[in-house]
Amino acid sequence: MKLFDLRGGVHPEGRKDLSVGRHIRVLPLPEKLFVPLQQHIGAPAVPVVNIGDHVLKGQLIATAQGAVSSSIHAPTSGTIVALGDHVAPHPSGLPVPTITLESDGADKWIATQTVDDPFALTPEDIAARVGAAGIVGLGGATFPAALKLNLSRNSGVLTLIINGGECEPYLTCDDRIMRERAAEIIEGIRLIALAVAAQEVLVGIEDNKPEAIAAMQAAAQGSVVKVVTMPSMYPMGSEKQIIQVLTGKEIPAGGRPADIGVLVHNVATAFAVQQAIRYGRPLLSRIVTVSGGAIKTPCNVETLVGTPVRELIAFADGYAQAATRLVLGGPMMGQEFTDTNVPVVKGTSGVLALTAAEVGQAEASPCIRCATCVRACPVGLLPLEMAAHIRVSDLSGAVDLGLKDCIACGSCSYVCPAHIPLVHYFNYAKGDLAAQERSKLKQEATKKLADARNERMARIERERAEAAAKRKAAKEARERAAKEAAEKAASETV
Amino acid sequence: MNIAHSPHAHAPVSIGKVMATVLLALTPATLFGFWLYGWPAVNLWAVSLIAAIVGEAFVLRLQNRKVRTVIMDGSGILTAWLLALSLPPYAPWWIAVLGSLFAVIIGKQVFGGLGQNVFNPAMAARVMLLISFPLEMTTWVAPAQAPGLLESLRITFLSQPIDGMASASLLGHVKTEFTRGIGLDQALTGYYAPMDMLWGSRAGSLGETAAVLLLIGGLFLIARRIITWHAPFAMLLGVAVPALLFNAIDANHYAGPMVHVLSGGLMLGAFFIITDPVTSPNTALGQFIFGLSCGLLTWIIRTWGGYPEGVAFAVLLMNAVTPIIDQYVKPRIYGRDRKGVALPAKKGT
Repeated sequence: MKLFDLRGGVHPEGRKDLSVGRHIRVLPLPEKLFVPLQQHIGAPAVPVVNIGDHVLKGQLIATAQGAVSSSIHAPTSGTIVALGDHVAPHPSGLPVPTITLESDGADKWIATQTVDDPFALTPEDIAARVGAAGIVGLGGATFPAALKLNLSRNSGVLTLIINGGECEPYLTCDDRIMRERAAEIIEGIRLIALAVAAQEVLVGIEDNKPEAIAAMQAAAQGSVVKVVTMPSMYPMGSEKQIIQVLTGKEIPAGGRPADIGVLVHNVATAFAVQQAIRYGRPLLSRIVTVSGGAIKTPCNVETLVGTPVRELIAFADGYAQAATRLVLGGPMMGQEFTDTNVPVVKGTSGVLALTAAEVGQAEASPCIRCATCVRACPVGLLPLEMAAHIRVSDLSGAVDLGLKDCIACGSCSYVCPAHIPLVHYFNYAKGDLAAQERSKLKQEATKKLADARNERMARIERERAEAAAKRKAAKEARERAAKEAAEKAASETV
Repeated sequence: MNIAHSPHAHAPVSIGKVMATVLLALTPATLFGFWLYGWPAVNLWAVSLIAAIVGEAFVLRLQNRKVRTVIMDGSGILTAWLLALSLPPYAPWWIAVLGSLFAVIIGKQVFGGLGQNVFNPAMAARVMLLISFPLEMTTWVAPAQAPGLLESLRITFLSQPIDGMASASLLGHVKTEFTRGIGLDQALTGYYAPMDMLWGSRAGSLGETAAVLLLIGGLFLIARRIITWHAPFAMLLGVAVPALLFNAIDANHYAGPMVHVLSGGLMLGAFFIITDPVTSPNTALGQFIFGLSCGLLTWIIRTWGGYPEGVAFAVLLMNAVTPIIDQYVKPRIYGRDRKGVALPAKKGT
C-alpha cells in the first residue's frame, strides 16, 4: 500500500529489546486495589457502592455521569474498604477520589452475558455494550470509546484506522498483545468496523515489529482488515500522524478525525472491545510494560486496574540499580511519578525506571537558533520562536505561531542541543491560557449578572415611580372631584 | 521536589558537541593554511583564539556570569577561529587581537551573548578591520614562502615588512587590472590556474583558499546534520549563475563561474559563515533564500563594488534581513493552509 509522507519526527533509541522478548504474564492478585474515579477524559465517575459492600469481579462500582464520562468496575471480588483520596497517577502526586477494594482472594466473577454471534448485534447495541464495559482509548488518550463510536457512526466512517504503531521507546505492550492475541484483536476490529459501518479498515504497525505484523496478517486473512507496515519513526503512533501516513489526509485544525471520515482506535482497545462484546467482560485490566535500565527483569504484565505500581516493580524483580526517574507511560510523553503507591489506571501503558544515562538530562543553555526543533516538529511549528515568546510571557504571540496546534510529542525537546525543555514551555503556556480563558468566562458571567441586576433595579425603580405618579394623579383627581362637588353643592345652596 | 517534564530521554547532543564538530570540520583547511603560509599563520591563529577567550572571560566576569560554562561551549573559540581564517596570514598581531575582541564583545556579548547577536560576529569584526585598516587587511603573500619560526615572530609581532613576498589575491588583481583598462583574458594569464585554485595554493586569507578541503568539511557537517545543504548550495548558486550568464555575454569583462566559486572567501563563507544558525533563518526555504541572496550580493559587490571581495559585506547585509525572512517564510502547520486557516472538513477521498 502506498504510504504518504510525514514531516519532521525523530528516531529515539528504541530500547524495546529490554522487554519485547517476554511473554505477557498475569500479575498475582494484589491485596488492595486503589481504583480512581477518573481514569478517562471527561467527568469523574460517581460511586454506586458503599464502604463495607462486598462486590464481585466485574461489578459496576462507579457509574458514568454526564455526556463525556466512563464507568468503572470492580477489578476483582472483595470488600470496599474506603471511598476517599489516594495518591494520583499524576506528577503532582496529589490525592484524588479513589475507591479502595480489599481483595477476598477468590477473584469471583459476576454473572456475565456471553454473545455467541456478536456480528448479529446492531451497531447501536455494540456501542452501548462498549460504553457499559467502561472501555476508554488504551493508547493513552483515554477518551471514552463508546462516544467515539457513536460520533463516528453519525458522521460516517470512510477509514477505520487501528493504531499498532507503538512508537514510544521501551513500550512493548501493544507489540506483545498483537503477537499473542491477534485473533481476538482482529475480531474486536471487525466489531468496531461493524459498529461504525467502516468502508475500509487499516491496521498500521511500525516495521520494527515484524512478529506482530506476521501474527496480525495471519489473523486478518480473509477479512476486510488490512495490515499495513509503516516506517518506524516517532511520533508515528500519534493520531494525527498515523492518519496522515496512511490516508494522506490531515485533521483540520481544531477538528476531529470524524471531520475527515476517519476513526482511530488502539489495538489494545480493539482487544478490550472483543472481550466486552463476546464475553460481556468489562475493562478491568490492561497490559503494562515494566522496563527501563534500572529494572532488573523488564517484562509485560497483565495488570488489574488499581494495582499499586510498586507491585509491578517487585514483580519485575525490583531495581537493578538506582533509578533516577520513574515514569508512567513512555519516555517521550509519559509523566514522572515519585510515589510507587500510585495505581495502574486504564491509560497506563508503561512503568519505567530510568537511569541517569537514559534520561540524559542536562542544564539548559541558550538557544542558538539551530532550528533542529523546526526540522523535528511533525506539525510544522517553530518551537524555538514559540519558546522565545513564552519566555517573555507573550502567550498570544505563541498562539499566533501555532501553540494550540502543538501535540506535545516532545520531539523538539528530544533533539534540542541546548537541552531547552521546550514542551514544558508549551504545556505551561497552554495551562496558563486555559486559566486565562476560565477567568475571562467567569468575568463575563459576573458582568452579565451585574448587568441583569442593574437592569432589574432600574426596572423596579421605574415601576415604583410610575406607581407613585399614578397614585398622585388619582389623588389629585379625587381632590378635584371633591372640590368640584363641593363647589357644585355650594352653588346649589346659594 | 523537582518534577521533570517529558520527554524523559534526550538525543546525545549538546552545544559543545555541535561547536566541536564544526571546529573539527575546519581543521583540514586550517592545517593546510598553516602549511601554505607557514609560522606567521599559526601565530595569528593562536593570538586570535587567546584574545577571544580572554576578552570573553573578562566581559563575563563583568556580568557576573559563569565564565567556565560559557567559554567551554566553544562558540567564542569558533568565532575567533573563523575570523583568523579570514585574515591575511601575515597580518600583525594587533589586527587579530582587535578583531577577536570586537567579535566576541561588540559582536556577541553586547547583544546578550550566545544566540542573541544579529550579525555574524566574525564577519562584523572582519568588516570593521577592513574598513579601519585597509592596508594591513589587503596585504597578501604568495604561498609557500616558509619563513622560519624566528622570522615569523618578527612578521606577526613586529610587523616587519615582507619585501619580495607581497602578492595580490586573484580578485584584487583583476580589480586593479580593470582600473588600468586591462581585460580579463590578459589579467588572468599567469594568475588563474584552476588546479591551484581548487587545492588552495594561492594568495588569500589564512584559511579561505583550500576550496576542496572546505568543501569536504562542509559535506561532513551536512552528513552529521549540523548544517543542511540549503544555504551553502544556494550561495554557490547565487554566485555561479550570474557569473555564468554575464561571462557568456562578455567573457573579457566578467569572470566565469569557476573563477568566482574558487576565489576569495566564498567556500569558507558558504559552508561555515552563512550556516551560523544564530544569524541565519530557521526554515529550509528561508535558508535557501538567505544563501541565494548572499551569493548574489557577493557577486554584485565583486563585479561592480569598490572592494574586490564581497562575502563579508553580503553576509552582514543578509543578517539584517534574516528576521524579515523568518517573518514571512514559515512552515505550513498541520491541519491548516499556508495562511494559517484551518483546512475544510471533508469526507470525500
